[in-house]
Amino acid sequence: MEEVKLLGTWSSPFSYRVLWALELKGIPYQYTEEDLYNKSPFLVKCNPVHKKIPVLVHGGKPICESMVILEYLDGPWPHNPLLPSDPYERAVARFWAKFADDKGTVIWTMFRSTGEEQKEAVKGSLEMLRTIEDLALGDKKFFGGERIGMVDLAFGALAHWLGVFEEIVGIRLLEPESFPRLHKWTKNFKEEPAIKENLPDKDKMLSNFRCLREKLLASP
Amino acid sequence: MDKQSEVVVFGTWASPYCTRVTLALKLKGIPYQYVEEDLTNKSELLIQYNPVHKKVPVLVHEGKPIAESLVILEYIDEFWNNCPKLLPEDPYERAKVRFWANFYDQKIAPATLSLIKCKGKERERAIADCEELMKVFEEGLERDYQGKSPFFEGENISYLGIVVGSGSCNYQAFNEAVAVTFDAEKHAAFVSWVEDLKAHPLMKEMLPPHDKLVAKIRHKFSLSPEPQA
Repeated sequence: MEEVKLLGTWSSPFSYRVLWALELKGIPYQYTEEDLYNKSPFLVKCNPVHKKIPVLVHGGKPICESMVILEYLDGPWPHNPLLPSDPYERAVARFWAKFADDKGTVIWTMFRSTGEEQKEAVKGSLEMLRTIEDLALGDKKFFGGERIGMVDLAFGALAHWLGVFEEIVGIRLLEPESFPRLHKWTKNFKEEPAIKENLPDKDKMLSNFRCLREKLLASP
Repeated sequence: MDKQSEVVVFGTWASPYCTRVTLALKLKGIPYQYVEEDLTNKSELLIQYNPVHKKVPVLVHEGKPIAESLVILEYIDEFWNNCPKLLPEDPYERAKVRFWANFYDQKIAPATLSLIKCKGKERERAIADCEELMKVFEEGLERDYQGKSPFFEGENISYLGIVVGSGSCNYQAFNEAVAVTFDAEKHAAFVSWVEDLKAHPLMKEMLPPHDKLVAKIRHKFSLSPEPQA
């Protein structure tokens, strides 16, 4: 079996999307922690276009972009599929995965801003959560149905990173009264062993992101 | 063909994202009904079919709607898995085309769009940004496709040909409307791939007419017909 390597960072939800997928599928892999302030020659060689993580290297061949990697994994490892088999259901999953990537940045904006910009981002984030709760999740246990799928992994940041950001900026977005189904999903998601055993330490995250926010607000 | 298996495309004639969908359907020989939307006065149906974004294109098949052009392309290829195939069979090759499609949509298209709104020094910088991105794009594609055109799979237009060509084949209309000139020699390979694509009969059939598109771009972005200083 060809070797699988994952280049990632401990605090990145994009990195974790791939790590969770590998764990869910029981794919053995070698993990390398990258220092993004001092990128390794191997990372730059594997991802010359973006020089970003995560990168999956399978049998020496690199694949970049977390959602491209997730789509890839069902090919060589079809068991515990991340996508449903029905073409329409697959289209729905891809639509929401794209939504997670395109719209999810509003939460980052809320985190790294203040004042009017932050107010707008909070509004945008709440609208996004409303759409996700009502239209993407509905009454399902997971976005993937009975099992965790690609869309759950795409929205994974909501289950763990959002709480950290909320605590740091002092703004609560994902309140159980406002978003009962999404709130329950965060609990179900993090109870899954492959996820539960692979989450970055919360205190370490608080310290790391607090520092990062200060840096971002201080820079011009 | 019964009502339920009918394919309907909601789109606008000038949108490259919509051209992607109609190109793919034509390529595969799938009959469809086309509905031209007025985006200043969106139909009830469009909003019902795409409540999240309220945008075109939307493909409705067997009464079920799918939005987002790249998502639609993958659906078309998976449901009608006849030849010609849009995406490659090999998972690694599929990952490559998805990567470049994303690069085009997330980097090239927005950079081109932001160029339109700039003037003077800002415009020079925007042009330089576009050229830098095009360089990365072209070099990356040359590397990944060993110098062959990534826009063809044999005689057929490939997935990347559809994704990129739907926008880039209109480059002359864009350049004229926005009064910009890119140095074609800096991207000789890319230009030759695009020219080959433009010459394909299917592209010729599906691309919007030049003059109409120039007028549309100028109107949409409130650009004057006079050349920029």
